[in-house]
Amino acid sequence: MTEPLFYGPGFPYQKIKDLPGKLIVLEGTDGIGRSTQIALLRRWLEDEGYAVSDTGLRRSPLTQPGLDAAKVGHTLGPRTLALFYATDFADRLENQIIPALKAGFIVLSDRYFFSIIARDIVRGADPQWARKVYGFALKPDLVLYLRADISTLVSRIVHGRGFNYWEAGMDIRCADNLYDSFCVYQTRLIDQFDQMAQEYGFTTIDAARPVAVVFDDLKKNISDLVRSEKI
Amino acid sequence: MLRPGNYKGKLIVVEGIDGSGKSTQIDLIHKWLQSQGYSVYFTEWNSSELVKSTTRLGKKEKVFTPTTFSLLQGTDFSDRWENHIQPMLKAGAIVLADRYAFTAFARDVARGVDRNWVRNLYSFATQPDLVFYFTVPLDIAVERITSSRAQIKYYEAGMDLGLSDSKITSFRLFQQRILNEYDGMAEEYGFAVIDGTLPVQQQQKIVRQQVKKALAGWEGLPSPITRTRRRRTTSMIIKEVLAEKAAKEGGEQK
Repeated sequence: MTEPLFYGPGFPYQKIKDLPGKLIVLEGTDGIGRSTQIALLRRWLEDEGYAVSDTGLRRSPLTQPGLDAAKVGHTLGPRTLALFYATDFADRLENQIIPALKAGFIVLSDRYFFSIIARDIVRGADPQWARKVYGFALKPDLVLYLRADISTLVSRIVHGRGFNYWEAGMDIRCADNLYDSFCVYQTRLIDQFDQMAQEYGFTTIDAARPVAVVFDDLKKNISDLVRSEKI
Repeated sequence: MLRPGNYKGKLIVVEGIDGSGKSTQIDLIHKWLQSQGYSVYFTEWNSSELVKSTTRLGKKEKVFTPTTFSLLQGTDFSDRWENHIQPMLKAGAIVLADRYAFTAFARDVARGVDRNWVRNLYSFATQPDLVFYFTVPLDIAVERITSSRAQIKYYEAGMDLGLSDSKITSFRLFQQRILNEYDGMAEEYGFAVIDGTLPVQQQQKIVRQQVKKALAGWEGLPSPITRTRRRRTTSMIIKEVLAEKAAKEGGEQK
């Protein structure tokens, strides 16, 4: 990365000159296998001798209690929730991701703000507003977009963790039952990701293939990046 | 200007630095409008219940950065906007806001965030019908704050910016930056500027005149409780105050 680039004004009060690490993001909808691939990548990179830090949309210590309370009561409106998530994201970016990049780590991020705005937009947020809110976000070195169509996703969920309320978008009731709502909601999310893939230049990875094949594909992309310059 | 509201209700906002006397004035306006028989809803900065625990945590641990501070206050405002301010305006009430988006435009930029970025954050908020901006020289504001409170708080003094090790010095420098931002906004957002050094009653007189002008010919939503529109007699005021006091004491005994 070395010279940091942002999607908007970044953090004007904090001049960041040098970030020797690499920020690698895995994006894609629920149940696509991101966490499995992150675990594999981490092991591989560490074997290669790189220091790795992984981070995700796990909540930051700052916003966790508030977000938990808000989710239980479902009392936050969509725009408020969007801003709350942005607070959480900014906290992790400034207090975890950037310090790790300064220290020369490879940061593997399980999702980035793209997932958050996809969710926000599907819930009615203005797409331009949502993008501008994240004008403080650092441009990753690589965004790997794990893509599969809805039927592949469904079979992953059936053979995996099962359907759940949030992943089916039942808070906005896309249909009157969990299965149909899941299909409608995830299809809308995929549409948003596809649009962003063009706009932000994601590297699209076909995630319908077996785990090992997807892993090899990811490894190849990351090798090209980390070998292009010595970390 | 923010986007136009065109709501049935009216939105009246007070702005100014800490110690400018705006809260005193809006409180008087609140009581006056109620006694005139209007439906009034009051809201103040950073008061959403859901966001409170996070704000408290962040302040205690001093983990806020200018960006997270700005986003969290935006979250707080959005919660109040979605659940209170907008529905009340649609219903036809007068909404009185002690600080509004302009506070973020002034303070967050004083903290170092990008001016256009924070304006986008609040782009869902509508332009108020009236914005009172209370101006006081910095010395008077500092004097008022230090004499009325035991201590200036960490973030209020802008200590997170590292401007000075002294809280008072930091407070002065930070508030000066905020003042500069406010002054720059006054024309753009059509602030009604009120001299906060005038006696309270004199300020109130000017403020009421402007409110009257803004409400002229407007019906609004009458309050089902208060119907009196005439000036209260001394005996009525005494009765009211005694009843309030009795209710308060009764409550304290519980």
